[in-house]
Amino acid sequence: MNVRRLFAMAYKETLQIWRDPRSLAIALLMPLMQLVLLGYGVSLDIRHVPLCVYDQENSQQSRAVVKSFVSSDWFSISRTIHNQTGIDYALNRDQCIAALVIPADFSRRLAATGTAPVQAVFDATDVNTTNIALGYAQGVVAQTNAQIADGWAATHGILPSLVGQVDLDPSTWFNETLDSKNFIIPGVVAVILALVGAELTSLTISREWERGTMEQLISTPVTATEVMLGKLIPYFAIGFIDAGFCLVSAVYWFGVPFRGNIGTLLITTGLFIVVVMGIGYLISVRIRSQLGASQIALVLTMLPTTLLSGYTFPIDQMPAPIRAITFVVYSRYYVTILRSVFLKGSGLSDLWAPLLGLSIYALIIIWLAARAFHKALD
Amino acid sequence: METKDIVIRTEGLTKNFGPLQAMREVDLAIYRGEIFGLVGPDGAGKTTIMRMLSGVMRPDAGKIYVDGVDVGANAEGAKLRLSYMPQRFGLYEDLTVAENIFFYGELFSVPRGERVARSNELLEAAGLLPFRRRLAGQLSGGMKQKLGLVCALIHTPHVLLLDEPTTGVDPVSRRDFWAILYNLRETGVTILLSTAYMDEAERCSRLALLHNGEVRYCDTPAGIKKAMPGALLAIISAGPRLLREIVSGQPGVLGVLLMGDRLHVRVDDSTRRIPELQMLLAGHGITGADIQTAEPGIEDVFVALLGGTV
Ligand SMILES: Nc1ncnc2c1ncn2[C@@H]1O[C@H](COP(=O)(O)OP(=O)(O)OP(=O)(O)O)[C@@H](O)[C@H]1O
Ligand SMILES: [Mg+2]
Repeated sequence: MNVRRLFAMAYKETLQIWRDPRSLAIALLMPLMQLVLLGYGVSLDIRHVPLCVYDQENSQQSRAVVKSFVSSDWFSISRTIHNQTGIDYALNRDQCIAALVIPADFSRRLAATGTAPVQAVFDATDVNTTNIALGYAQGVVAQTNAQIADGWAATHGILPSLVGQVDLDPSTWFNETLDSKNFIIPGVVAVILALVGAELTSLTISREWERGTMEQLISTPVTATEVMLGKLIPYFAIGFIDAGFCLVSAVYWFGVPFRGNIGTLLITTGLFIVVVMGIGYLISVRIRSQLGASQIALVLTMLPTTLLSGYTFPIDQMPAPIRAITFVVYSRYYVTILRSVFLKGSGLSDLWAPLLGLSIYALIIIWLAARAFHKALD
Repeated sequence: METKDIVIRTEGLTKNFGPLQAMREVDLAIYRGEIFGLVGPDGAGKTTIMRMLSGVMRPDAGKIYVDGVDVGANAEGAKLRLSYMPQRFGLYEDLTVAENIFFYGELFSVPRGERVARSNELLEAAGLLPFRRRLAGQLSGGMKQKLGLVCALIHTPHVLLLDEPTTGVDPVSRRDFWAILYNLRETGVTILLSTAYMDEAERCSRLALLHNGEVRYCDTPAGIKKAMPGALLAIISAGPRLLREIVSGQPGVLGVLLMGDRLHVRVDDSTRRIPELQMLLAGHGITGADIQTAEPGIEDVFVALLGGTV
């Protein structure tokens, strides 16, 4: 390894990125766009979910349940309905996303048994919104349950803790749904880094082939390793800048609490960037057109990361075979790590399992990448 | 010449692309200080042989020695001593002239002070000094080729491999280009170039005529001309196209080549065929046609040797 050649490669690549509108857009604009699209899409816009109410009883207690939905701020009553067909009508006409149905015997059953069902119907067209609205609804009901339980226990002279009708811990539910963005935003950071990292490096070798500069480059004494490392150094720097931007935005823009330490975050993020950039580089070595390489990079990062990393769809709710597949999805490790570092303040030792997964992945990718590029035309 | 003066040598060089035999057991020996020309029709294998010599493509069989280095065993070692300029412009169009030179200088680890001095000297000779800050992509075709040469020479290579370096370059730039090549030869650099221009072929110390992956003839330009079978006649007349129609296929006519306003006719025996042709033309009502024996140009020889009637 010759340091002068390495730096010459890195310097040349930096100049090219700087002068290439496509690379610049991916490096600088894409993170911002994705953050706005994914971040706002899932978290901030969901307030005042339009709710239709069909209160069949209209008693003091049923009205209390309705009121708790409204006062939560997550729901706004868009319509009050007086028959079952009205619900279908409202949902079909997009007049509401959720409908709340309180049965006619609500307070009677509550008084008799201490538990009474209410029905909530959701428009599941937008899965994300529905999931979040469902979470809100569970939170509201759980909170109401707690109040009702207090009241029921008091009238029956029993301690609240012995009342069996609340089988969920209201605070946990409440907290999780309230902070759904805390859960989602770290995942969004992983999605953005995976996408940007692999997209950028997928262009690097294919650009030399496409523009006809490879033949002359490989006729010089530069080694394959120098080409690889020299090219990846500037992208690694960009990856860290983008990561910094996303992580700072997560905390100061989206208000996700950060309870861990910066060192842990930097080490794990560096590891993740190595993996995604290595994948982009591997694609770039094999595909000799920039467009083809960037499309493959898109498919190989976006799809697994959005679907199988646990970023929106919880892994433990997936069918077993799919759950097995998620172990080869590198982003799942990073999503887990980010959530733990942000929300639980985990350190490196707490994170040994996902860290091991990510490290093994990084080693395999580095091993493959070091072997991938040959200085030959055929 | 002694063996140690052979700077480029190939033995049984062979390359196949699937069923296509692009290079068939080619043996070449090129001496120090030569400007050796490779000529041949499109697809003859000029680029293929250049790529194998420069170490960017592996042969299927055969040996290559460049400046004493076995390219098959030590391609990277050979790359330190040679420079290769591909047929397609291979520099970075989004880098400036100076940045391209810097990059290639660094890849060959040229000492810093030497790089600056040498790059100024080369840019001066190429007439590119005023364009140092211009993006390579914004240079004219001729300037691009000269920049390619400057980058190729920044590390003072012993061997220069140039694949059609002057194709599409205007005559003035071509003259500059050749002036640089002649100077290089003085310093002992060995140059192998391919060209589609016959006037350039004439300037080479020796030529190899490549066809279908084989070296058909290899000699000095004068020697190759002597190898032409038959004699060459030049007919100067109005309407050379019509003349070609008439002359083609006549007994004793081996080939006909249109050269501007004149027709080159290759015949087996000039003393016998000149009167015959004169009678033939008179029979077609063409009088006053001037038929003379002519000194063959390289183009005539190639057409004759490759058996084509153009
Ligand atoms: N990578 C390749 N794959 C398949 N066939 C190839 C490849 N490179 C060259 N060939 C074929 O090998 C033959 C020789 O090609 P080459 O490029 O060496 O010719 P050339 O003499 O340089 O022609 P030109 O004057 O057009 O540049 C041609 O028939 C060409 O189609
Ligand atoms: Mg060619």
